[in-house]
Amino acid sequence: MKFTLQWLKEHLDTSACLDDIVERLTMIGLEVDKVHDRSRDLKDFVVGKVLETQNHPDADRLHICQVDIGTEKVEVVCGAPNVRKGMLGVFAPSGSYIPGTGILLKPTKIRGVLSNGMLLSEREVNISDDHDGIIELVENFAPGTSAAEAMGLSESVIEIEITPNRGDCLGVRGVARDLAASGIGILKQLDTTPVKGKFRSPIRVNLDLKKSYENACPFFVGRFIREVKNIESPNWLKDKLIAVGLRPISSLVDITNLMTLDLNRPLHVFDAANLKGDLQVRISKSGEKFLALDGKEYELDSSMTVIADDNGPKALGGIIGGADSGCNNDSKDVFIESAYFNPIRTARTGRKLNILSDARYRFERTVDPKFLVHGMEIATRLILEICGGKPSELVFAGEEPKWERKIKLRLHRIENFGGIKLKASIVKEILSALGFDFKEIKENKESLLQVHVPSWRPDIVGEACLVEEVIRIYGYDKIPAVSMESVNNLPSPALNLDQRRCFLARRRLAGRGLTEVVTYSFICNKHASLFGGGLESLKLINPISSDLDYLRPSLLPNLITAVGRNFDRGSDVVSIFEIGPRFTGDKPEDQDIVVAGVRFDQSGGRHWSGVHQPVDVFDVKADALDILGGAGVSVEKVEAIAEAPSWYHPGHSGLLRLGPKQVIAHFGEIHPGVLQEFGVKGIVYGFEVFLDSLPVKKDKKSKARPHIELSQYQAVKRDFAFVVDEDVTAEQALRAVRGADKKLITDVSLFDVFRGGELDVGKKSLAVTVVFQPKDKTLTDAEIDSLAEKIVVNVKKITGGLLRG
Amino acid sequence: MSELDSLRSEIMASLEAAINLDDLERIRVSVLGKTGKITGLMKDLGRLEGNERKQVGLALNTLKQDVLKAIERKKIAFVDSELEDKLANEKVDVSLPVRPEYEGYIHPISQTIDEVIAILGEFGLCVSEGPDIEDDWHNFTALNIPPDHPARQEHDTFYLPGQGEDDRLVLRTHTSPVQIRTMMHSKPPIRIIVPGRTYRCDYDATHSPMFHQVEGLVVDKNTHMGHLKGCLIDFCRAFFGVDDLPVRFRPSYFPFTEPSAEVDIGCTRTGGEFRIGHGDDWLEILGCGMVNEKVLQNCNINPQEFQGFAFGMGVERLAMLKYGISDLRTFYESDLRWLRHYGFSSLEMPSMVRGI
Repeated sequence: MKFTLQWLKEHLDTSACLDDIVERLTMIGLEVDKVHDRSRDLKDFVVGKVLETQNHPDADRLHICQVDIGTEKVEVVCGAPNVRKGMLGVFAPSGSYIPGTGILLKPTKIRGVLSNGMLLSEREVNISDDHDGIIELVENFAPGTSAAEAMGLSESVIEIEITPNRGDCLGVRGVARDLAASGIGILKQLDTTPVKGKFRSPIRVNLDLKKSYENACPFFVGRFIREVKNIESPNWLKDKLIAVGLRPISSLVDITNLMTLDLNRPLHVFDAANLKGDLQVRISKSGEKFLALDGKEYELDSSMTVIADDNGPKALGGIIGGADSGCNNDSKDVFIESAYFNPIRTARTGRKLNILSDARYRFERTVDPKFLVHGMEIATRLILEICGGKPSELVFAGEEPKWERKIKLRLHRIENFGGIKLKASIVKEILSALGFDFKEIKENKESLLQVHVPSWRPDIVGEACLVEEVIRIYGYDKIPAVSMESVNNLPSPALNLDQRRCFLARRRLAGRGLTEVVTYSFICNKHASLFGGGLESLKLINPISSDLDYLRPSLLPNLITAVGRNFDRGSDVVSIFEIGPRFTGDKPEDQDIVVAGVRFDQSGGRHWSGVHQPVDVFDVKADALDILGGAGVSVEKVEAIAEAPSWYHPGHSGLLRLGPKQVIAHFGEIHPGVLQEFGVKGIVYGFEVFLDSLPVKKDKKSKARPHIELSQYQAVKRDFAFVVDEDVTAEQALRAVRGADKKLITDVSLFDVFRGGELDVGKKSLAVTVVFQPKDKTLTDAEIDSLAEKIVVNVKKITGGLLRG
Repeated sequence: MSELDSLRSEIMASLEAAINLDDLERIRVSVLGKTGKITGLMKDLGRLEGNERKQVGLALNTLKQDVLKAIERKKIAFVDSELEDKLANEKVDVSLPVRPEYEGYIHPISQTIDEVIAILGEFGLCVSEGPDIEDDWHNFTALNIPPDHPARQEHDTFYLPGQGEDDRLVLRTHTSPVQIRTMMHSKPPIRIIVPGRTYRCDYDATHSPMFHQVEGLVVDKNTHMGHLKGCLIDFCRAFFGVDDLPVRFRPSYFPFTEPSAEVDIGCTRTGGEFRIGHGDDWLEILGCGMVNEKVLQNCNINPQEFQGFAFGMGVERLAMLKYGISDLRTFYESDLRWLRHYGFSSLEMPSMVRGI
C-alpha cells in the first residue's frame, strides 16, 4: 500500500511532519516498509528541451540532438523513436546515477559522436517498465526545471505493509482514520452527497443466484452515464497514480483505480456499447470461457461469480473485467458497477484461476459493505467532473448486507489482559475515533461497554480484538513490562530425559571429533530408495525441486553427499554427524529421532611420527556404543550381530540390539555400490543410533548410586587362548568367559585374534586376559586353578572352543 | 706416618684423575683389591707390635674408609654425568607438530536452540516437541487459520498426499501446531518452549525450504500483555548479552494471537558496521501475542478462565544476528570450513550460570 504525504493529508488534517507520521504508522500496526524519496533519486535530472535533431551519420536509428537544459545547450545522442524537435524530456547529465539501470553516466562516444548525457525513459527513471521511448513531458516547463517537480514526483511516497486483517487500510482514508484516532490529526469529512439521476438506466441488473449462492453477491449498485468523453486524465490524477507506481491509462480507468486506492472501493466500468441486454450476476457454468482484460482466456468451473450479459460473462465478480466490455478512448455510454462480492468465493476463484488483481486483493479481505452507494456517488462526481456526461438514477439489485455486530467490553480487561490500566474516558475516546459506537451498560453489577463494530472492521470479532484496538492506538510502548512470575523459586529442568539424551549425544559426538551438520529432511527418490525409503505417502506434492521430493528414511544419504562435497573442497578427513528426524510413514508415530554419523579418512595417515591407524568399522561401532552408554544403556547388555541393512557392506557391518526385536543401532562400512551412486570415492563408515528405540529411562526419585565395595585384596590376571570355529563371534566367546564366574571375574579383554600357523583352516584363536578380583580374601593357587578350569569348561560348553595347547 | 700420608695423596690424586667408571674400578682394585696397596699394608700390620700396630691399623682403616667414600662419591658423579650425557643425546625437536586431533563442533543452530532453552528454562518453560508431518487441523484450522484465510496463502505450504485431495498432510509451516498438541493433552498452567524444524515452499537468498523456529507458550489465569513484554525483553537482553538493549513492541497480526505484536531490537549500521544495541535503527526478530481465544476454545480450554501468550522466532535469524552469519543457505551446506568457523566446542554448554 503506497501513498504520498500530500494524498494522506487530503483525508487527515495534520501538521505532523513526515518522520512523525512514519513513526506513528509503525507504532499503530501499519508497518512502514519504505519511504521512497523520489526527489532524491531524481535530484540530478532536469527538464531538457530538444531544440534540434539530425540523423546520426553512421547509424540509422540514432539522432544527434541539441538539448537546452536551462544553463547551457548540450549535444546528446538519442536512440528513442519518439525523440523530435520541440519536445520536453527528462535530461540526465554526465556524472549522474541512473536509478533504473544502476549505471553511473559518463560522457560516451556513440558511433563516433560524443554524447554529453541522455534523455531518459520511464524505466531508466524507475517509475515504470516502459522503455519504448523517452519520457515526453506534456505540460510546459522551462528547461532546467527539476525533473521530479515536472513529473509530479517530488513528494515522498510512504509504503506500508497491511496485515491480512486490515482490509480497511487498503485505502488511504482507512490509514488516515487510524492515524487520526492515534491523535496525530483529525479525519476530514468525506463528501458523499448523492448525484441526482437524470434518467432511468437502460441497463438493469438481476441477481440470478440460487439460495445457497445468495451471499456470492448480495448487493449490486449500478449507474448508467451517457455521453462521457474518456479523455486523458488531468495532471493531478495522473501524478497521484504515477507517484504510487500506477500508469495512467484513461480517465475512467484512472478514476476506478483512484477509488480503489483512496477509498478501498473497487469499481468496474463497462462500455455500454459492448453489452447486450441487462446484466446478470450469476454463478459460472462449468466449462464456460471468459476472455479477461489481461488478454488471457480462462475456463471457469461451476463456482465462480460472473457478471454476464446476454452473450455471456463480461466480468469475474470482484476479480477482473472482460476484454471486450471494458472502456476505451472511444467509449461514450458507460455502466458503472459498485458491488459486494463474497470474500471466500473471491479468494477461491482468484486462487483457482491464479489471477492477482487489486480488486481481488481487497474483496478477499472484505470491503466495507455499507459503502457501495457512497462509493458510487463519489465516483460519479469524479466522472462528471472529468469526462462530463449525464448520470442515470441508481440501479439496485439485492440489498445492502445487514451489518450489526455488538461486543461487550469489560473495562478491567484492558488491564487484566492488555496489561495496562486506562481510564474509561481514554478507552471511549479511542473507540469512537476509530468509528466504534458504544453504550454503557451494567451486567451483574459490572459496568461494561456495549460496542458496535463499524461496517469496515469485520476483523473485530471479540473482546480481545477491542482490547487490542485500544492498546494499539494508546501505544504498546506504554504497557509496563512485568517480569514473569516464577512458578517455583527455582525452575525444574527444561529438558525431559529423552531430550537430555539428544543433548548429550550431540555433545559427546562433538567431543569425539565429529562435527555436527544440519541437512534437509527431504532427499531425492534415488537416495531414499537406496536407504529403504521412497514411499509414495512421503512424496511431496509440491517440492522446490525434483531432487528434494521425498522425506528421508535415513540421515545417511545427506551425510554421504556432504562427505563427497567436502572431499571435493579439499578435506581428506571428514567426520560429521546429524541428529534429526527420519520418516518411515506419514503418521506422527512414524517419525523418530536418529543420531547418525559418518567417518571418512583419505589422508593416508601420514605424519612425521609414523602412519596412524586409519578409520575402520570399530571407530563407528565405538561412536554408536558411546552414544548408547551416554544415553544410559548398559553397554554390556548390547549385542552386536552382522545383520545390518542393505546399505552397509555385508561383511563389514553390524547392528546393535538389546533383544531380537529391539534394534538400537546400525554401524559399518557403507556399501561400495551405494557409495558409487553418490559418486563418492574411498571408504565411508557410518552409524545410526535410534534414540527413540532405547528403553524408556525412568526418572528415579533418588539420585543415590549403589554402594561400591573397593576390594583390599590383590587382583589376579591370567591369559588364555582359545581355538574356536570361525563362526563363533568374539562376543560369544567373551560372554562365555565372563559367564564362568560372574562374581570373581571383573574384567575380560581380548588382546589377540590369530588365524593360520598350526591352526586348522576354519579355526581361529582368541586370546584374552581375565582379571579375578576377590572381595574377602586373597585367592590361593588352587582357587585360581579351579577358576581357570571353570572358564575352560564354560567356553567349551558354549562355543565348542578349546584351550590352545 | 708420612708414608701413609703420601699414599693418601697419591690415591686421592689418582681418584681425582679418574675419567670413568672403569678407571675408578681399576683404582679401587689397585688400592683395595687382593693385591691392593692398602690391602697389602693391612696384611703387613701383623708384623708390627703393640701400640704402633694399633695406631697404624687405625690410620689404615681411616684411609680405607675415606677412599671408599671418595670412590662412591666419584661413582655417583660418573653415573649422573653419564645419564646426563645420555639424556642430552636423546633430545627431540619440541617444535615438531603434534599428531592430528580432530575436534568436533556443534552446529550454530543447535547452539542457538540450547541458548534459547537455557534462558527460557529460567522462567520455568519446558521443552515440548511434535511431528514434522502435520495435518491441516493442527497446522492451520486449530490455530484460527480457516481454509480460505488470506494468511494461509502466505505460508507456502509443502503438501503430502495423505488420504487424498481433501485430506492432504502438510509439512508444518511453523512450530505452532505443538501449542495445539500440548494444550489438547494438558491442563493449564502451561509453560513450554518448542524448538524444531519447519518448512516452507520457498527458496532464495533469504528463504530456505527448511528452517528452524522456537515457539513459546504460557497459559494460566493471570498472564497478560505486560508479562509478554517482560518475558521477551528479558529474553532478548539475555540472548544478545546487552543489558540495556532497546526492545520495541509493534502491533501486528497473526491469526492465532490477539492482540498481536512484532518485536524489534535496537541496532546501528553506522559506518557500514552492524551492531546490536542502542542505535538509530530497529530490527525485527520475533512475533508474539496473547493466545487467541478461539485457539484456546479449539483446544478445549475455557478462555473465560485461562489466558496467556505465545511467541515464535526463527532460530537461523537469531544465530545470524548474534554471530554475524550473513548467508542463510550456508547453514545447510555441511561445509567443514564454515562449521569450524561458526561452530561451537562441545564443552560450551549454554547456561545462565556459566553464560550464554
